[in-house]
Amino acid sequence: MKSTRRKFIKIAGMSALGWSLCPALFNGSSRAAGHNEGHSEEHSGSSANAHGHGVRWAMAIDTARMTDEIMQKCIEACHSAHNVPHINNKQEIKWIWPETFHHLFPGQMNDHFHTNEFPERKALALCNHCDNPPCVRVCPTKATFKRPDGIVMMDFHRCVGCRYCMAACPYGSRSFNFADPRKYLKESERTLEFPTRTKGVVEKCLFCYERLAEGKQPYCVEVSEGTIYFGDLNDPHSDVRKVLKERYAIRRKPELGTSPCVYYLI
Amino acid sequence: MYDGGKIIAGLAVFVLLFTFPFWYNIGNAAYTKPKLELPKDAKECVEKTEWMRAEHMQLLNEWRDEAIREGHHTYKNMVTGKVYKKSLTKTCLKCHAQKDKFCDRCHESLSVHPYCWDCHVAPKGDK
Ligand code: HEC
Ligand code: HEC
Ligand code: HEC
Repeated sequence: MKSTRRKFIKIAGMSALGWSLCPALFNGSSRAAGHNEGHSEEHSGSSANAHGHGVRWAMAIDTARMTDEIMQKCIEACHSAHNVPHINNKQEIKWIWPETFHHLFPGQMNDHFHTNEFPERKALALCNHCDNPPCVRVCPTKATFKRPDGIVMMDFHRCVGCRYCMAACPYGSRSFNFADPRKYLKESERTLEFPTRTKGVVEKCLFCYERLAEGKQPYCVEVSEGTIYFGDLNDPHSDVRKVLKERYAIRRKPELGTSPCVYYLI
Repeated sequence: MYDGGKIIAGLAVFVLLFTFPFWYNIGNAAYTKPKLELPKDAKECVEKTEWMRAEHMQLLNEWRDEAIREGHHTYKNMVTGKVYKKSLTKTCLKCHAQKDKFCDRCHESLSVHPYCWDCHVAPKGDK
């Protein structure tokens, strides 16, 4: 076959066209596929399911009706069911705890009709299960990750205790086990239903995912005498959605853009 | 041969040292399988006994990932299709309630030390 300059230039031109088109085609399709399967373990935790489809668990705490006794009951129910040790110093472990308004809502205290009037009023603080959780983004082992239903989950088996998540969390929702927690949990107090943790592991509230899996409500909600509402944010008929429609509600530190899923009814 | 005596002596010392593990163990009892306390109210394990003996560690590893990371909580027996909850304490130890006379006995005889019990609470007798 005789090769002419003309033919050579033609082939070169077609090849160049092919080179520029093919990668675009392949990339497009592979990116779409990757997106579909990857999202249960999406590391960045971008709000794929936040306000779209599927279940999105959320909580609303009625601060007006919440009393000290109810708060104690909620804490007791949660901590005893999850084998949280009793340590009464700076190294304490807490999944849910009472906090004053001016600690809960530091940037929102100039709101004259709501928070401002009761800076010393207390409400429960816990993990906010953010739509955009900074703790998930910094975890080097994916020990903490975002589930499709919005729960910011911990896999204690993978936690190496680096505490990046604690530095990243703007709400102080995470505690580190500086010592073996079993030393602070008498044998008679331990429940067999939930493992303890070990020294060198970070822990926090998991929205009682193990109870949700059985169709039950979280422990704190169950004993809260109706002062905590819980449900699916994507379901317009759920308890949370109904109460959020009727009452004025705020979230903690909205200016940070973490988009918490724990609401406070004022 | 130059220095034949030294070479042979050296070789003898070498062979003696090299085979040390063999003659050191002469007279020691051979490994015997410890007597395991099997569950009384159950006949079958989650899978076949031989399979469990060889694969239970992998099975548990899969269970914990699937239960915690993927939210799948049920396991089906590969042959009979019987369904189990994927849980260390709520499944394995419901049947093998005496951990110290089952899991531990076997593990100790083999010098295996799973760290699971640092967190998972075994029914009584846990240390
Ligand atoms: C329904 C009750 C039941 C459950 C649940 C169960 N087992 Fe078993 N397991 C048995 C019985 C019964 C045997 C003895 C079977 C036989 O005699 O052949 C056995 C045997 C075994 C063996 C082999 C023992 C040997 O003789 O070498 C191992 C290892 C084992 N189980 C581990 C586990 C682990 C790990 C789990 C949890 C994943 C588990 N079992 C869950 C009932 C159970
Ligand atoms: C027949 C003897 C036997 C019995 C009974 C047995 N195991 Fe094991 N197990 C082993 C052996 C052998 C290994 C080590 C395997 C290896 O290192 O590859 C092991 C390893 C493990 C591991 C992984 C440890 C690690 O460090 O990775 C876990 C977890 C475990 N066993 C759990 C159990 C539980 C729970 C039971 C009781 C319900 C049990 N085993 C009963 C023989 C047994
Ligand atoms: C740092 C503490 C810790 C250690 C060590 C640990 N676990 Fe866990 N494990 C947990 C916690 C916490 C859960 C969550 C329990 C729940 O949801 O009920 C869990 C859950 C699990 C589950 C699924 C749910 C259930 O109820 O059992 C399995 C299976 C499991 N672990 C297996 C293991 C095995 C096997 C080991 C040892 C090789 C181990 N774990 C070591 C803390 C630990």
